[in-house]
Amino acid sequence: MARRYVIVGNSAGGVGAAEGIRQVDREGQITIVSDEPYPAYSRPMISKYLAGEADLAHMLYRPADFYAKQGIELLTGTAASALDLQAHTLTLADGRRLAWDQLLLATGGTPFVPRTEGLDREGVFTFTTLDDAKRLAAKLSAARRAVVIGGGLIGISVAEALAKKNLAVSVVELKDRILNMVLDEPASVIAEEAVRRAGVEVLCNTTVASVVGRPQNGGAVVSVFLDNGREVPCDLLVVAIGVVPRTDLAKAAGLKVNRGIVVDEHMATDAPGVYACGDCVEAYDFAADVVRPTPVWPNAYLGGRTAGRNMAGDAAVYPGGTACSSLNYFGLSLVSAGVLLPPANDGFQVLSRVEPERGLYRKLVLRGEQLAGLIYVGDINRAGIAFGLMREGAAVAGFAEELLADGFGLISLPRELRQSRLEGKFNGVHP
Amino acid sequence: MKRIVAREEYCIGCRLCEVHCVVQHSRTKNIIKAFKKERVRPTARIHVEESGPESFSLQCRHCDEPSCVYACLTGAMHKDELTGAVVHDPERCIGCWTCLLFCPNGAIAKDAAHGKVVAKCDLCGGQGTPACVENCPNEALVLEEVP
Ligand SMILES: Cc1cc2nc3c(=O)[nH]c(=O)nc-3n(C[C@H](O)[C@H](O)[C@H](O)COP(=O)(O)OP(=O)(O)OC[C@H]3O[C@@H](n4cnc5c(N)ncnc54)[C@H](O)[C@@H]3O)c2cc1C
Repeated sequence: MARRYVIVGNSAGGVGAAEGIRQVDREGQITIVSDEPYPAYSRPMISKYLAGEADLAHMLYRPADFYAKQGIELLTGTAASALDLQAHTLTLADGRRLAWDQLLLATGGTPFVPRTEGLDREGVFTFTTLDDAKRLAAKLSAARRAVVIGGGLIGISVAEALAKKNLAVSVVELKDRILNMVLDEPASVIAEEAVRRAGVEVLCNTTVASVVGRPQNGGAVVSVFLDNGREVPCDLLVVAIGVVPRTDLAKAAGLKVNRGIVVDEHMATDAPGVYACGDCVEAYDFAADVVRPTPVWPNAYLGGRTAGRNMAGDAAVYPGGTACSSLNYFGLSLVSAGVLLPPANDGFQVLSRVEPERGLYRKLVLRGEQLAGLIYVGDINRAGIAFGLMREGAAVAGFAEELLADGFGLISLPRELRQSRLEGKFNGVHP
Repeated sequence: MKRIVAREEYCIGCRLCEVHCVVQHSRTKNIIKAFKKERVRPTARIHVEESGPESFSLQCRHCDEPSCVYACLTGAMHKDELTGAVVHDPERCIGCWTCLLFCPNGAIAKDAAHGKVVAKCDLCGGQGTPACVENCPNEALVLEEVP
């Protein structure tokens, strides 16, 4: 009998899994359950939607005929509410019950909202789904000022969209610099300059202590008070502090959950036939050499693809993913990956090159012979070579300095390594 | 599928492959017009690397397990089912540079001509001999059928 695969979550991880399954098994029944009402879309593009630069058709992650072509049944607008590991069933909020032989949880993350007074007022938004972007877009014409809480990737993306829509935007960041999770200090400084140049106010070392609402009119937000006493007026307040793994379904089912759902190198959970991937899991980070959540799109897809192949009976190993990001907001060209701020001891070595007048900054973090982290700002065209070496665990100490130079390339690599690249061989990706 | 093989020992570093790649991706496909008349000059999808007497020319390897396709945030980067070529749809590209970070060969570039998207080898559409191979004077680039 054809295998029954059920996937919870219809985004990078869920689609990756379906494609992984189809690589191995053309016959099995695949059902994807999603509580969002759309086919898979590019979540990072919700800021383009808000800026009026893309609609759903532009945002589709796969061509419109993808599900039909791949023989995937897509159930949208309905949440999975209970998972029974013994009976091998998944119950949906609308009462339906699905039987599965192999199940994947790709439930992603939930935006973290602190308990700050007044964050339940009208005019307060989170920003992780297309519906969030739609709700926010509907308020734009009547709004003049916005405050964004959180200077991370999501906060900066929504700040850019709001600024493009001619709102006066202030970004409030608790730490001493924006993008502090994905950049080091010199790179944050460059990013902050670009953000300020676009007219966005950046307020660091502070946070929103309370939210003030209008007495009449449903109490919609009119301003926020920062913890330094300053009042910032705003019609819109976006909470973009971070995303936490969405593990409620897994926990209730009795799966092992730490910070995220615990998976092994096959993306299998501790229950037979049950896999998980993406923002809801903690998996191996090869650069930091620890198990932790690394909530980025490529890791969700690759983890999903790995899970899918294993669900279909193959033996695929997740190569590990690390924190990585690339940024084009506010005209920036910037990529980073891995360990950016190594502890002083522990045998790390840092190489860097700064040329502020050219907007150029490059940094490599080495652990022993291998690359553990990188940042390229400005000219980023060939940064992939360095990240490839990092993912392969190649011994780079002998030529690492060259990777900082202008015009570096495969020619900078030892002949053997270079030859394998020219032949299209690369040992760092295969799930 | 077809793959372009770079033969380092034959490459003389003349960069004609870069020139003809630009022409092929230009509006007029005419060498003089592409370089002298057209308002925007396309970004070359091939790159000659040189160090002393050593040189070779490199474009996308159209990998079987393409990191760039797996990493793409929008689905713009995909593997053509028919030709096996890794191709990129500029209409769906948002220039997030994720593929650029994930290409182990540095074979994807920011598209200087169009700013917010990337440019990469498209095997000249998958039909016939790509311009770089066609115009290499020393057979340092050859088209081979690979399984
Ligand atoms: C604004 C923004 C910008 C971003 N920019 C980048 C970027 O530039 N680069 C990058 O790498 N990453 C970026 N990310 C992160 C990236 O989007 C995530 O890492 C990625 O979406 C994770 O994919 P996933 O499949 O694990 O989960 P998600 O994309 O979160 O999808 C999970 C899906 O499962 C659904 N779901 C959850 N529980 C249930 C249930 N019980 N029943 C039914 N459905 C359920 C959810 O509603 C959701 O649709 C960004 C994120 C945001 C919000």
